[in-house]
Amino acid sequence: MTHFPDAGLGLKPRHYDAALACSTAGLWFEVHPENYMVAGGPRLAWLEAIRGRHPVSLHGVALSLAADAEPDAAHLKRLVELARRVEPVLISEHLAWSTWRGAYHPDLLPFPRTTQALVRISDNVSRTQDALQRRIAVENPSHYLKLDGHEWSETEFLQELAHRTGCGLLLDVNNVYVSACNMGYSAEDYLDAFPAEPVMEIHLAGHAPDPNLGEALLVDSHDAPVAAEVWVLYERLIRRIGARPTLIERDDNLPEFGVLLAERDRAANILRDPLAEAA
Amino acid sequence: MIASGTLARFQDDFAQALLATDAAASPALAAVKAQPAFAIYRNTVMKGCIDALQANYPAVTRLVGDEWLRAAAAVYARDALPARPMLLEYGADFADFLAQFNPAAELPYLPGVARLDRFWTEAHAAASEDTLAPAAVTPLASGNFFRARLQPHAATRWAWFADAPIYTIWSRNRSDAVFDGDIEWQPEGALLTRPGDSVQWCALDRAGCVFLDTCAAGGTLADAAQAALAVQPDADLGRLMARLLEAGVFSRLDPNT
Repeated sequence: MTHFPDAGLGLKPRHYDAALACSTAGLWFEVHPENYMVAGGPRLAWLEAIRGRHPVSLHGVALSLAADAEPDAAHLKRLVELARRVEPVLISEHLAWSTWRGAYHPDLLPFPRTTQALVRISDNVSRTQDALQRRIAVENPSHYLKLDGHEWSETEFLQELAHRTGCGLLLDVNNVYVSACNMGYSAEDYLDAFPAEPVMEIHLAGHAPDPNLGEALLVDSHDAPVAAEVWVLYERLIRRIGARPTLIERDDNLPEFGVLLAERDRAANILRDPLAEAA
Repeated sequence: MIASGTLARFQDDFAQALLATDAAASPALAAVKAQPAFAIYRNTVMKGCIDALQANYPAVTRLVGDEWLRAAAAVYARDALPARPMLLEYGADFADFLAQFNPAAELPYLPGVARLDRFWTEAHAAASEDTLAPAAVTPLASGNFFRARLQPHAATRWAWFADAPIYTIWSRNRSDAVFDGDIEWQPEGALLTRPGDSVQWCALDRAGCVFLDTCAAGGTLADAAQAALAVQPDADLGRLMARLLEAGVFSRLDPNT
């Protein structure tokens, strides 16, 4: 393991003070840039204070890379400006769409993985990287629906996207677990097929059974600790591809900062010594 | 550029199905909509909008309760998804919506309270700039003084409510604190500022609101004073100026032009 930040935490406003005071080595924080796209005021001041003490990553939810349209120029400009201000250690987005014909849908929406979509998304990723003047990481989303018309598996699609654009990938192991359960495939097979070299970051998070459908449908809810099954998949992945910056995501049902930090430490320990943790 | 190919058609159909309230949908998506999991996307999109409105309108929420607010927010969201992904901005015209919303007809003060919640958000996110120190005004000789113009700070918001004590209702419901005592039913004005990066508020009389309206419109201090005295002949302008400067209302003083 180098001195590159190892394991980090998603940062919520409730934890600003604890995050600012924390001196854990290797700790870094991730935020959604959309929450900091303001003209000025305390939000930016908080983020800059955190940035003064810890590396920060920007994890976007609104570039809508998988929309059949170019990324919104004004939104891309806001992202460029925020990146200039924060100098993030990493910038990532999703293999999904959210903004469409001027309306923002606060979700990560699915699409058929066709070659046409690949061409469009490659173009969108390239435009984004050109604007930011840097490589971004693209994340595998959670799946709930069976869609007709896929021409590519997701792992091959992402590999080809990385090949065409030079982008990196963000591998969300919880999304893999949730999708594998919902769609009926093997999470191990998916992870084994995931291209190792472009992985710039890994996400771990909690999920929950759907309130109506129960265990038959898992929801990527980010409101619980990382599940035991996901930790097992994570350890197996790290043994195969080696250490990568890893983030614990938690958006709802927030515990105290120390509880999240303990989860983060568990990931950091696996990164440092994957074999020891597996024993 | 938006394409007109298969992916674009899929996205048109999917986006429409997310908001459709009945079973009608493009035949191409019938197999997708028939899956129980489609509800996850519908619910997530609606929850994202409703959570944002609830977070952006805390005093309105406290007055009407979570359930009422979320039901109203669902009606609002179905007609108006966010135009931009910064959800702090979402619901800019929620006050206007409430003014037209039949179930809110018995709560005529609700749109005014929503307007002050909105002011808070705008003040919170406004550009950072220095506030004009009271000492910056004193050196002006009296002759120049009335030719000067005062520029309100980017975060400063104010409004006069002629029909109801909106400021008192709003400020009592902006926090969890419990207030005793009756509210006197009278017109009120409100002033929000952001000195030192934290939003502050206080009541403002009619003269103060008109004074600031005139400053914001580019009027000189003489214009502002005249307008204030026109609506409130007994206004104490010296005291008003001191209060406004103390609250960090202004960013700049242009001596004269």
